[in-house]
Amino acid sequence: MKSEVKARPVSRWRGRRLGAFVFLSPGVTYLIVLLLVPLALVLSNTVFQRGRFGGVVYEFTTENFERLVDPLYLGVVVVSLKLAALTTLVALLIGYPTAYVIAQLPRKWKTVALVAIVLPFWTNFIIRVYAWIILLSGPGLVNSLLGTHMELLYKQGTIVAGLLYSYLPLMVLPLYSAIERLDPQLREASANLGASGFTTFRKVTLPLTVPGVLTGCLFVFVPSFGNFVIPEILGGSKSIMVGNLIRDQFLKARDWPFGATLALALIAVLIVLLLAQAWAARRA
Amino acid sequence: MRRSKLLFVPFWATYVFLYLPIVVLVVMSFNSGRSAYTYEGFSLKWYGELAHDDRVRDGLVNTLIVAAGSTVIATVLGTLLAVGLARHSRSKLLDAIALMPAVLPDLVIAIGLLLFYGLIALTLGLYSTVLAHGLFSMSFVAAVVRTRLANADTSLEEASRDLGAGPVETFIRITLPQLAPGIVAGALLAFTLSLDEFVIAYFTIGNTEQTLPIVIYSMIRFGVTPKINALAAILLLVSFTAVIAGQRMTKIGEARAQD
Repeated sequence: MKSEVKARPVSRWRGRRLGAFVFLSPGVTYLIVLLLVPLALVLSNTVFQRGRFGGVVYEFTTENFERLVDPLYLGVVVVSLKLAALTTLVALLIGYPTAYVIAQLPRKWKTVALVAIVLPFWTNFIIRVYAWIILLSGPGLVNSLLGTHMELLYKQGTIVAGLLYSYLPLMVLPLYSAIERLDPQLREASANLGASGFTTFRKVTLPLTVPGVLTGCLFVFVPSFGNFVIPEILGGSKSIMVGNLIRDQFLKARDWPFGATLALALIAVLIVLLLAQAWAARRA
Repeated sequence: MRRSKLLFVPFWATYVFLYLPIVVLVVMSFNSGRSAYTYEGFSLKWYGELAHDDRVRDGLVNTLIVAAGSTVIATVLGTLLAVGLARHSRSKLLDAIALMPAVLPDLVIAIGLLLFYGLIALTLGLYSTVLAHGLFSMSFVAAVVRTRLANADTSLEEASRDLGAGPVETFIRITLPQLAPGIVAGALLAFTLSLDEFVIAYFTIGNTEQTLPIVIYSMIRFGVTPKINALAAILLLVSFTAVIAGQRMTKIGEARAQD
């Protein structure tokens, strides 16, 4: 009896170590080999030179970073920031009222409305972007309805429409959960104290949903910023966004080190945004 | 509370915006004419042509192979990882790393893998894409299973341990049956994600094979025909069905868990 009491904690401790090993090692190995090592390679490639016929020559250089601040490439980064920011802003302006209405719906309709928001998101985004070509092209639906022959494709605005179409659900969902969590009594109190609907929104609803707003903006901005498929399908063949530029460095120019440096710039922008969001959410 | 009628304008605009392009695409897939833009009458001929397109058929087979392979990897590793993180680890860092593949931009993952495959001189093909899809799908499976673990009753597991079962035995006899609906939902999610994934496959599959999204991408760049519309319509139907089935499954699972 005595020995049993003594032995149990030891075997439990061993069991825990064994459990941790059995459950964690396969997934963690996978993550190290296929995630952390590749990320380390992206990082390290930024200081190496390109090979003559593609690939990498492992000799130190700062040339990649010098090229990064070249106005030509910096301009692409700025355009990407602009288009992603515009997409995020429009998504917020449409997404907030939509999420607000969904949050007020009766329970049954709420589920239907939410599923209907997410449903397109779970289908291939190339197909969804492609659908816009049919809508917007010269003889497409929009022109025939308007009786015009406008060139609607291959403009920056078309890229914004495509990005918005792809990532709007990512704005609506966090906004919805933020609005849903609000205590309705706060709004009632505000109304009872004589505030108009808009004042209540400005002074009560909006400030309390700032974390949701920030999350939604981040969710839309991040995939928009690095996208290369949408600018290519809807924006023509020019490298207009960072994503296109990175893709071209890897698959066309075969300049992997510079491609990696551009990717590092992309990650850096995203990390800054993440930190800003975390900081703002804590203050809100 | 007063609900402003004005708010319903952006609300409905959102839904029209989300569904109009899809509806037009599906309608145009039944076009009898050759144009992808002007509707001339009802016909199923583009669906027929699709059935005889070798590239589409090969793409479909490749897509299913990649989706099936990566789903197996993701489901097994993701489930183990979820249990490991929830029951056997307190590391916040490990938590964050496990979520990284789902959060990082796909382009960054794609080029990282391309660099890695280049370094170990791996010839690209279907298996390199299977491994890549397994990576981000694993994150999603782990997240879904963890949600269920967080809601699961731990007293059964504790009882099992107290009765002398080891962690593996407890997992197989107690935890796994409890988690089953979550694992199925995770697997379905992994499968759908892989079917639709483009960017990572585009970088990791090499030049000899194509998945369906890559086939569509190159078809679009070649020119627009109702054949792509028909293919797109079928894929939309498949995705919608899978998502709604997954939704149902999660609900049934939740209802069972509450009983």
